[in-house]
Amino acid sequence: MNYENLINPTVDQLAPSGIRKFFDVVATMKDAISLGVGEPDFVTPWAIREAGIYSLESGKTYYTANSGLMELREEIVNYNMRKYNVTYDPKSQVLISVGGSEAIDAMIRAVVCPGDEVIIPEPCFVCYKPLTIMAGGVPVTLETKEENEFRITPDELRAKITDKTKLLILPFPNNPTGAVMSRKDLEAIAEVLKDTNILVLSDEIYGELRYGDEKHTPFSAIEGMYDRTVVVNGFSKTYAMTGWRLGYALGPERIIKLMTKIHQFGIMSSPTTSQYAAIEALRSCDDDVEDMRCEYNYRRRVIVDGFRNMGLSCFEPLGAFYVFPCIKRTGMTSDEFCNRLLQEEKVAVVPGTAFGECGEGFIRCSYAYSVESIEEALRRIERFVKRHID
Amino acid sequence: MDDILRILDKEQGVVDINKISRMLGLSEEEVSEKIKSLEADHIITGYKTIVNWDKTDREVVRALIDLRVTPQRGEGFDKVAERIYKYPQVRALYLMSGAYDLSVVIEGKTMKEVALFVAQKLAPMESVVSTATHFVLKKYKEEGIIFEDDEKDTRQVITL
Repeated sequence: MNYENLINPTVDQLAPSGIRKFFDVVATMKDAISLGVGEPDFVTPWAIREAGIYSLESGKTYYTANSGLMELREEIVNYNMRKYNVTYDPKSQVLISVGGSEAIDAMIRAVVCPGDEVIIPEPCFVCYKPLTIMAGGVPVTLETKEENEFRITPDELRAKITDKTKLLILPFPNNPTGAVMSRKDLEAIAEVLKDTNILVLSDEIYGELRYGDEKHTPFSAIEGMYDRTVVVNGFSKTYAMTGWRLGYALGPERIIKLMTKIHQFGIMSSPTTSQYAAIEALRSCDDDVEDMRCEYNYRRRVIVDGFRNMGLSCFEPLGAFYVFPCIKRTGMTSDEFCNRLLQEEKVAVVPGTAFGECGEGFIRCSYAYSVESIEEALRRIERFVKRHID
Repeated sequence: MDDILRILDKEQGVVDINKISRMLGLSEEEVSEKIKSLEADHIITGYKTIVNWDKTDREVVRALIDLRVTPQRGEGFDKVAERIYKYPQVRALYLMSGAYDLSVVIEGKTMKEVALFVAQKLAPMESVVSTATHFVLKKYKEEGIIFEDDEKDTRQVITL
């Protein structure tokens, strides 16, 4: 077969994950310490696992409704009411998806037509751009900057809006930078959007992992934004349930309806076992979440401190479980830094460029590791930096 | 304060002031001061290493003894409790709700030693009405620590 004439060139030409090669090298180095993982180190709390096991024992092995178990949708609605005071109708405004990613895909496909522009703040998680391109849309990059603490400013946003703009992605708290948007920051964004027809996909998968005084505010809770916003959230980060593949979308009935169509034909329904486990998570695991959040917060302080003490600038991240220190002082590119750090000190971190070109000069380090591992990694990175700085 | 106690509780008796100070964004002096004041107030009452004696050559027999006692006028259970917890063999003592009054945790080198302690020291006490001794056969978990925990970090080395 000559596949070259048969395959879809749009998919073929999607930027391959630029650091595939780097990943392959890391995978062969058994004794390397990694700060490269984008998932919690905690195992799913036992009560949740037990609920999953019990559902299997009880023979709950069938499909659920396309949009997910009603009981789970109701719990999600309750949760969002009690945490954020935002209301949704469980019958028509909730879709249970296979991880947050599927909801992001469905949202983009439900609204983006060929030629529509989608504003994507970078550095960001890797999926928005390819999903936009596959939907025929045109990704428009909005570069966030270290001096703005990697937040979106109203002026930067205004400059990117054209009459073709269909959708704004709001990925906060942010992977890879750990940046957050405060309520005030979000209100300023709302001010720019209020007289437009632009929709918002607010990816709030790290919303529960906030540090500092201010709690997370969903974009849909900002005045005037409810009707234009689809909030994507999930269980992976909050409840350490990455492998269960379960997320959800909350939004206007008209859009959720289309997303549910896409989900129905592409997926059918999300994993039943995971859905039963997730009900337990929402009902009884607030304390586990708070425990994990405290642990992340301790580690966050240790790692930010560590980078600053070795003379690198590292803005203070108030969300997720990543730090994004600047390595420009070493005179190396992000790729070079990561490759040489791996070779010389056997520490794996991710080059900032994996999350967009403007990530050049930065590295992403995850602190979803024990304090001991973080400290050992910091010792090695410091040795490396000292050798190569000035 | 809460954070220091939370960390010490997790660290199981290892007090690394430097590490705690970095975890909390405080100076070492501040952490030392706080710990000292928690100790002075007897909020921190001790530091303990959890040992799985089954993995050593040392024989340690542990028993839980349910005691029914007659409370004393004006003293309640406290007086009899004091007479019991002063024995070094008593590792823990709790006042219980339910079918009996005091739960005594005793350790000794042999079952006989423990049994004799119950027979010679506890049972004859004036206010003790009855005893029921339960020997521990296997410890699975102690103070929140699972002795044979086989859950490992099986994450991919890098994920975005």
